[in-house]
Amino acid sequence: MADSARYHREKFHRYILEAQKFDSGFVSLPNRYVDPYSGSRSYEKINLKGTGTILSYTIIHIASDQFAHTTPFPVAIIETDEGARLTVMVTDCDINDVKIGARVELVFRKIMEEGESGIINYGYKAILI
Amino acid sequence: MVGIVGYGAYVPAHRIKSSTIAEQWGSDPAAIERGLLLSEKTVPGQDEDTITISVAAAKNALKRARIDPKKIGAVYIGSESHPYAVKPSGTILIDALGIGPHVHVADYEFACKAGSEAMYVAYSHVKSGEMEYALGIGADTSQGAPGDALEYSASAGGAAFIFGKTNVVAEVLFTHSYTSDTPDFWRREYQRYPRHGGRFTGEPAYFRHILGASRAILEKSGMKASDFAFAVFHMPNGKFPLKVGKTLGFTNQQMEQGWVVNIMGNTYSGSSPTGLTAILDIAKPGDKIFMCSFGSGAGSDAFIFQVTDKILEVQDLAPKTRDILNGKKIYLSYGKYAAYRKKILFND
Amino acid sequence: MREVAIIGVGMTKFGELWEQSIRDMFAEAALKAMDDAGVKKIDSFYVGAMSSGLYTYQEHLSSLMADYMGQIGVPGLHVESACASGGSAVRAAFIEVASGMSDIVLAGGVEKMWDVEDGTIVLATASDQEYEAYNGVTFPGLYAMMARVYMEKYGLTREELAQVPIKNHKHSVNNPNAQYPFEISLNDVLKSSMVADPLRLMDCSPITDGAAALILCPLERAKEFTNKPVKIRGVGAATGPIALHDHRDLTRLDAVKLAGERAYRMAGLSPSDISFVEVHDCFSIAEIIVAEELGFFEYGTAGKAIAEGQGTYGGKVVINPSGGLKAKGHPVGATGAAQVIEAYYQLTGKAGARQVPNAKFGMTQNMGGSGGSCIVHILEAL
Repeated sequence: MADSARYHREKFHRYILEAQKFDSGFVSLPNRYVDPYSGSRSYEKINLKGTGTILSYTIIHIASDQFAHTTPFPVAIIETDEGARLTVMVTDCDINDVKIGARVELVFRKIMEEGESGIINYGYKAILI
Repeated sequence: MVGIVGYGAYVPAHRIKSSTIAEQWGSDPAAIERGLLLSEKTVPGQDEDTITISVAAAKNALKRARIDPKKIGAVYIGSESHPYAVKPSGTILIDALGIGPHVHVADYEFACKAGSEAMYVAYSHVKSGEMEYALGIGADTSQGAPGDALEYSASAGGAAFIFGKTNVVAEVLFTHSYTSDTPDFWRREYQRYPRHGGRFTGEPAYFRHILGASRAILEKSGMKASDFAFAVFHMPNGKFPLKVGKTLGFTNQQMEQGWVVNIMGNTYSGSSPTGLTAILDIAKPGDKIFMCSFGSGAGSDAFIFQVTDKILEVQDLAPKTRDILNGKKIYLSYGKYAAYRKKILFND
Repeated sequence: MREVAIIGVGMTKFGELWEQSIRDMFAEAALKAMDDAGVKKIDSFYVGAMSSGLYTYQEHLSSLMADYMGQIGVPGLHVESACASGGSAVRAAFIEVASGMSDIVLAGGVEKMWDVEDGTIVLATASDQEYEAYNGVTFPGLYAMMARVYMEKYGLTREELAQVPIKNHKHSVNNPNAQYPFEISLNDVLKSSMVADPLRLMDCSPITDGAAALILCPLERAKEFTNKPVKIRGVGAATGPIALHDHRDLTRLDAVKLAGERAYRMAGLSPSDISFVEVHDCFSIAEIIVAEELGFFEYGTAGKAIAEGQGTYGGKVVINPSGGLKAKGHPVGATGAAQVIEAYYQLTGKAGARQVPNAKFGMTQNMGGSGGSCIVHILEAL
């Protein structure tokens, strides 16, 4: 659960996939001051196209409270075509269709609601293409 | 020339069949399908709402418009299911699409015509020269009380239109609005489901306002029904739009492409706008399109469009509306549907 | 740097300790350890706990625990490194004694997990809150994604994976402090509820209340307190990416490899010297990957080797003689300290029916998150 300030801070990463491409080639979606692998601090801002490939996945049957009404649901680690790694929920699919190597596209969805009266959290999920 | 430079639609993948709802309430499925001409409707996924639907539709509109989102000077989302009672839907959409922050944003509500209202104002801004582009959206995750006739129709989806002056794909030739205070359908604050006046929603509401707006715009334009390649009306069920169109002299052939209600349901603010996108998907240069919305309370916005040569360049740039409707479908049981639509009480 | 020994240990029973609070549990373990070592006053202490704040709304454990274990006045520090908090506390105490700063230092850990209804959300704070937990993944889900790739890459079968908890439960039968000291069958594992496909309930360590504590002192002073001190011969620690998706290879835990290499180097030993290892089997797949990263088996072979008996008595190395996290229980902040206690029991001949025969060197491996941190200790019987 994210309160307003914490949610707001990450919005461009979650809404329009704002990322950084370091001159080493490393691509990070979360903001970073330094590439943890090469030590490079030189990067350009990019927006990920939103397509990628599933590297691994699971079907969550026991979820934390805020996702408890949506089980079972798939979660995958994907690598975007730019090379960024993301953990994402896979939505609008038959859970049996989720496979390693499957191609996905990121879509803008509601992630969770902070209760009946709190803010609504949006972000990216993957759909199979 | 001022008109649509990009358009797009989106409907969720989830569906419920009219027969599933009829069986839940002990109604005759065949009678429902025959009476309302509804075979199934879209249902928002648990992770979808008016904002996510608007974003998906507007993304498709941007793909067709091929413009820098920063050039959009106004964004209006019309809906009767804005996720927040206080806090705009449009602000989330602009940040999700890279529009703004130098942009005028407002959320509209006028029952089922909030979408055409958004289109009307967006168009007017461009026409006035106030801005280069403006985006109008109609989207809803419509509410219908369990067991109510609305439950068969209330569905989810939306359509988005970017208006501009260059590379217009469908010029707006005329507009006309017709409005009166008519309490045919309403939802009070803090209420989950709308209420309606039963048969009062028909003659004195839907038909009077659509006929009023449509006859006036035809007179204003000097056109007649046979001048149009296509016509689309607000679709609260399958029957009403066909009946009102026929009264105005339109044929089923002119109406069938925009008549998506039988497989989509009534997407409230998104209804006739989504029908319009289905028409634009197949329209040819020179075609004239007649559109008239209806929103309870009540009012109608009528538009006359003329398709330009540019339409052929953009039709394939984003998914076509009937392809989305006939694409991935995930059918729900009534129990799942009830949970998805929060018709089941959970603990905090 | 001075050499360091363990001179006394104490722990609570692991389980659902409804009548004991976080302070009760830690005080019980600490007092037992002090009694065991025969010390009345300590010079300093470290308490590992992953999330006393979220679990019990209690922070400031340095003051609380000093107060309730009767040591007001001594310096204390709460150490946190998710599920590696306990191991980190032992390492911190080791450093303090080795440096010459203090002589008698208590290291321990505690977690009160049963006071909250939804512990999943607390454990998820050990992952990347904004970019993993936000997107719905749970800890079992993260390890399930490791298991998925491992099984596909190396052909590990679901039945072979099940042999890890089966073995650990078998070991736990002889551990009086274990939470679930009973044997389980293959069917029990394969028919247990799905938690995060392919991991089932019996692949997952339980929710546990418990505390564990040890007393460390300079080796040169150990004989003042006990005839059977255990020497901490090697310590290795490392960090890895916070998010599993940033592991370049999802079948590897680089932090474990680094921590292991550092511990072996400091100890001047290699895997073949180790008789038993307490590993962080938070999920069945973790034990397999960890056993490979620590050098006991080649990559891709530990699952089959454990299934063939190479991880139990008479095999290559006894893995988790205590029953491991799965059967002994996993009070997250206490686990790393409890692992070292098991090594102490084994190396002092106090392990009873689960005694590993002729053990000279033992190892413990404690891990935070999905491999975001790791602490390895190598211990020596004197």
